[in-house]
Amino acid sequence: MTPLLSVRDLHVWLDTARGPLSIVDGVSFDVGEGQVFGLAGESGSGKTITALALLGLLPAGARTGGVAIMAGRDLLAMRTSERRRTRGREIAMVFQDPTSSLHPMLTIERQLTEHLRYQLGLSGKEAHLRAVALLTEVRMPDPEAAMRGYPHQFSGGMRQRIQIAIGLACEPRLLIADEPTTALDVTVQAGILRLLRRLCKEKNLAVILITHDLGVLSALADSITVMYAGRVAESGPTSQVMGHARHPYTRGLIDALPHPEAPDRVLIPIAGDPASPESRPSGCAFHPRCRYSRPSCQIAIPPLIPIDDGREMACPVDPFMASVAR
Amino acid sequence: MSLLELRDVKVVYQRRDGTLVPAVAGASLDVDAGEIVGLVGETGCGKSSLAKAAVGLVPVAAGTVTFDGRPVHVLGRRARRASERRLQLVFQNPYESINPRRTVGAQVADAFAISHTLPRESWRARVDELLRRVGLPLNLARRFPHQLSGGQRQRIAIARALAADPAMIVLDEPLSALDSSVQAQVANLLVDLARDLHVGMLLISHDLAIVRHVAHRTAVMYLGVIVETAPTAGLWRKPMHPYTQALIDAVPHADGAGHLPVALSGEIPDPARPPSGCRFHPRCPHVMERCLSDVPELVKHGGDRQVACWLHEEPVAARPADDLRRVSR
Repeated sequence: MTPLLSVRDLHVWLDTARGPLSIVDGVSFDVGEGQVFGLAGESGSGKTITALALLGLLPAGARTGGVAIMAGRDLLAMRTSERRRTRGREIAMVFQDPTSSLHPMLTIERQLTEHLRYQLGLSGKEAHLRAVALLTEVRMPDPEAAMRGYPHQFSGGMRQRIQIAIGLACEPRLLIADEPTTALDVTVQAGILRLLRRLCKEKNLAVILITHDLGVLSALADSITVMYAGRVAESGPTSQVMGHARHPYTRGLIDALPHPEAPDRVLIPIAGDPASPESRPSGCAFHPRCRYSRPSCQIAIPPLIPIDDGREMACPVDPFMASVAR
Repeated sequence: MSLLELRDVKVVYQRRDGTLVPAVAGASLDVDAGEIVGLVGETGCGKSSLAKAAVGLVPVAAGTVTFDGRPVHVLGRRARRASERRLQLVFQNPYESINPRRTVGAQVADAFAISHTLPRESWRARVDELLRRVGLPLNLARRFPHQLSGGQRQRIAIARALAADPAMIVLDEPLSALDSSVQAQVANLLVDLARDLHVGMLLISHDLAIVRHVAHRTAVMYLGVIVETAPTAGLWRKPMHPYTQALIDAVPHADGAGHLPVALSGEIPDPARPPSGCRFHPRCPHVMERCLSDVPELVKHGGDRQVACWLHEEPVAARPADDLRRVSR
């Protein structure tokens, strides 16, 4: 089956005083309908910039390379007008902080129906009915009353549900969610994760879930790509990548997390700090923090190599090969 | 007697319309020297207010806060009393809690200037010692905060607290602004400091998983009151309060098994109008009739656990905890 979105060799350069700076350096992935694709990484890994590039929302002066084919068209090569139609209609975005992405002075009704009227040309009454249906869809208690409310009257979890409702308004085929639960309590986060899972299944929606939280990805994503300093470290089915991580960076991230089944295990941190695009190390960008690095790691950028069923990994040292059950 | 004692503390704020909001509605908590106590709960449960009351950043409306046997005074315009300098606070965001215009070494040395306990010629050596203690290279002392990473900045904030030779440090979400690979570094540092320097710590966090790794004892707070406290391992193995159980079930596991965490229905109510009886009853899966009217007290169960829940009226409570787990899974 052909995937809904196919990204190949994506590059993003930002314009700086010292010339173009490479933020995303050759990222490829596929997202299928009804699938949750997880993009993991720490700050500076390029995961958010990847999403912005797909939406055509990069800051002025940014350049892209590669292709992102969705339904036969390249998202990166679209004209502005075409892109505007695509955003909202076919691709929707949900951001981390619903407080700053909802307009504080407009009612929920206005923010929901504006979209419906502009993009779909619905009448006022039609838009109202559709908006109530959307709020019901995201399990908003008392949707009619919620329509008359302003963002500040809702809790973080409810605001995130409203944001998802707005995203779903024009029945997009792809939803990009950037740290959608990071600002929420775990109890509320669990509800949003369940909502995303349900929408994905019922509407055959494709979801790109961007987060640093491996627990969230593990719960929701069908497949994961782990990014470090703008490049892919490891990608594959979630059960493989999270259950039997092969790249030293993925392994390091998992070992640094508290483990539910082994509370007495000492947390093993990764030494140092995440690499930033301004000072991306030579060769494998992870080598200064990697306990398995060899002199050759400082020179050559390791290529992504297929290792097993649908998994790719960019580490020629491959220190965890033996530990993987065959 | 514990080093830090909070007894029936109430913290009340006033809204602009005059409504009084009891953010902390009678909470008691002890922290001993060398002990790390985790305080967990959802946003708006009053955990940060309780932390601020513990160090005198907000006045208490009722109850007492004592440190080393003496009452903690509310910070005003005057300098902090010498007896309270050994009670220190570390904030969540190291991007805001340190001065961007001064070198980090100078900021760590502030404590010496205030306390007059160290001759000026020894300041540098002591700053170096503190940087080493928190795992930072010594050449960092002459840098400015913007030249440091988030993890390094949080270490500087901890070094500043240590400069006052504290007996107790209250940390308000010290890990949540950090990248996950860096969180573990700072979490391990806290454990080392508590053990090596015998410092007591009150660790406020919304991240249960990290509290489980770091804290010796955990207190669970809901809508201004403590609902359960127990040694951390026991609390996780057998949570007795339904709210504790709900918090634990909501934590996603990074194991690739694809388990969706369990959501807790409803939302934390407005603290200005708390529900009658048990404050958790509108969201509780085990709610009974008396929960609607009678307020459960925090009662001892076994040696070192306290629970405020009518499910555990009988102090011998191994069995109900088992039932609870089965029902909610």
